[in-house]
Amino acid sequence: MAVSVDEAVSTVPARDRPRPTRRLGGRGRSLVEVALLTVLAVLMLFPVLWMIETSIKENRDVYAVPAEFFGFTVTMEHFKDVFVGPDGGRSALSVAFLNSAVVAGVSTLLATVLGVPAAWAYSRFAVKARKDQLFFILSTRFMPPVVVVIPIFLMYRQVGLIDSKLGLILIYTAFNVPFTIWMMKGFVDEVPAEYEDAAMLDGYTRLQAFRRFTLPLLVPGIAATAVFALIFSWNEFVFAIFLTSSDSVRTAPPAIAGLIGGTTTDWGLVAAASVVFALPVLVFAYLVRKHLVAGVTLGAVRR
Amino acid sequence: MSDPVPLTTDPGQVASATPPAPGRSRRLSDRGLAVAFISPALLLLLAMSVFPLLWALYLSFTDYSATRGGPARFVGFGNYTAILTSAQVHQRALTTLIYVVGAVTLQTVLGFAIAYLISRRTHGRGVLTTLFLVPMMLSPVVVGLFWRFMLDAQFGVINSLLGSIGLGQVEWLTRQRTALISLIVVDTWQWTPFIMLIALAGLTAVPKYLYEAASIDRASEWFRFRTITLPLVWPLLLIAVLFRAIEAFRLFDLVYILTNGGPGVSTETLSFHVYKVAFLGFNTGTASAYGILMVLVVIVLTQLYLRYLNKLKEG
Repeated sequence: MAVSVDEAVSTVPARDRPRPTRRLGGRGRSLVEVALLTVLAVLMLFPVLWMIETSIKENRDVYAVPAEFFGFTVTMEHFKDVFVGPDGGRSALSVAFLNSAVVAGVSTLLATVLGVPAAWAYSRFAVKARKDQLFFILSTRFMPPVVVVIPIFLMYRQVGLIDSKLGLILIYTAFNVPFTIWMMKGFVDEVPAEYEDAAMLDGYTRLQAFRRFTLPLLVPGIAATAVFALIFSWNEFVFAIFLTSSDSVRTAPPAIAGLIGGTTTDWGLVAAASVVFALPVLVFAYLVRKHLVAGVTLGAVRR
Repeated sequence: MSDPVPLTTDPGQVASATPPAPGRSRRLSDRGLAVAFISPALLLLLAMSVFPLLWALYLSFTDYSATRGGPARFVGFGNYTAILTSAQVHQRALTTLIYVVGAVTLQTVLGFAIAYLISRRTHGRGVLTTLFLVPMMLSPVVVGLFWRFMLDAQFGVINSLLGSIGLGQVEWLTRQRTALISLIVVDTWQWTPFIMLIALAGLTAVPKYLYEAASIDRASEWFRFRTITLPLVWPLLLIAVLFRAIEAFRLFDLVYILTNGGPGVSTETLSFHVYKVAFLGFNTGTASAYGILMVLVVIVLTQLYLRYLNKLKEG
């Protein structure tokens, strides 16, 4: 931290004594801070840049020792390999991406359909033990996936949901509903209940008042919430790897992880697949940047 | 946060606003509506979260094995005593503790420092924040795979960089001690932005007039930081730290991808050990008991988290 130690020890009764001379003036200090921030930003972003760089390098440059930072030949081969299989057809990875889109999309839709009305009800009505219910709902989201997956695996084996998209969709929905309820309750709380009361005085039923007056105001919030649910399901790995196995069902995270199974690993391909996989997430995250604090704390913290 | 609920459900209010007869029927339908809107979500959670956990609880008292099949025999608390007295489990608990404390501490210090530095800038805050947040949005799979590549002893870029400044090669992922350090470093890289984001939210919420008052009093920078900034940001920061601690305790995917628990068992966390017992050893009963014990820890941590959250919301 940029606060210098000599200030800390010498100025305890600060107002009685003349101010001790600072080592750094306002501008010098500001420069140090900017430099520090730059170094930290480079450290944080370097792996991402390196990943992008690796994805457009030819294989011999990928494994070059010492590593090549500039002056390599740019190739799009790895990106082609992500989508096109060795036989010219669709690659297993592209199928996995499609599966991911279906699973994430449907589970997000279901979580929204289930979660938004529940959030509205929790916000508007004096539900019995509301706080306890809400806390219970959130705590289901904190269960360790590795632990939950054991009984889920046995359960799915009984009902034939192992290695099926429906199975993944159900468990992702269950993990996204608590988030949707918490996140949406915040948005519903921001819409004054008086709107609905006024509509009801005009003769609408409460359900109509919700649909006609509150719901349209909630659309931006619903969109932001859905985007976060989409990101969570898209990135999810633990359930995907234990509950699915065949190429036609597998989602992208286990498929990408499967690329390093053999004796040699095509790191260029891994990098390209990772870039393709991460790009939509970054775009979506940018779109909901205003709600990031609420989103990443599962709707618990709002500022 | 203002609570709008009493406005709509206060019987007096309803009675005064509308004629009594419709008011009564509407209250009734309100309850019906609440049930209709809440119960589908709750039913799903009961089926997909509570029921599996209860099943795991039942299995934890048996010697059931998912591969052997056959009926489960009741063994009482046998699984629990076996786990709690196992030296293997103690070692994993220690590994998990080192990992959780190490990673969360590093993230907190770094994340708060970055947030503090950003909050002092007047220009480019938005861009800086966005850039710093990138690692957090990546899937643990991508993060794990890519760091595995970067930390490779032969052609990894980290060793290459170390070599170019004249330092020796480090076998990051294949030596016992460095493997755990690598895990902590990678987790820190990914989740420092999380702490930064929340700390930044706290820092920007500190009212400006407090600083102005302090500077009229000619209070030192450090004094201001210690008496204004830290106490005001601390409650929010604590929430973030607890949240990260729970997540780190649950962590499985990064370990699975980055080190697969190795070398030896040096990076096996409790989560990873549960997986090995359940899916490689197929001791489903034992794994269930193990899992239930982990759930208990998570419940305690979650309660702590929710309590602080509640305090923050009311305060």
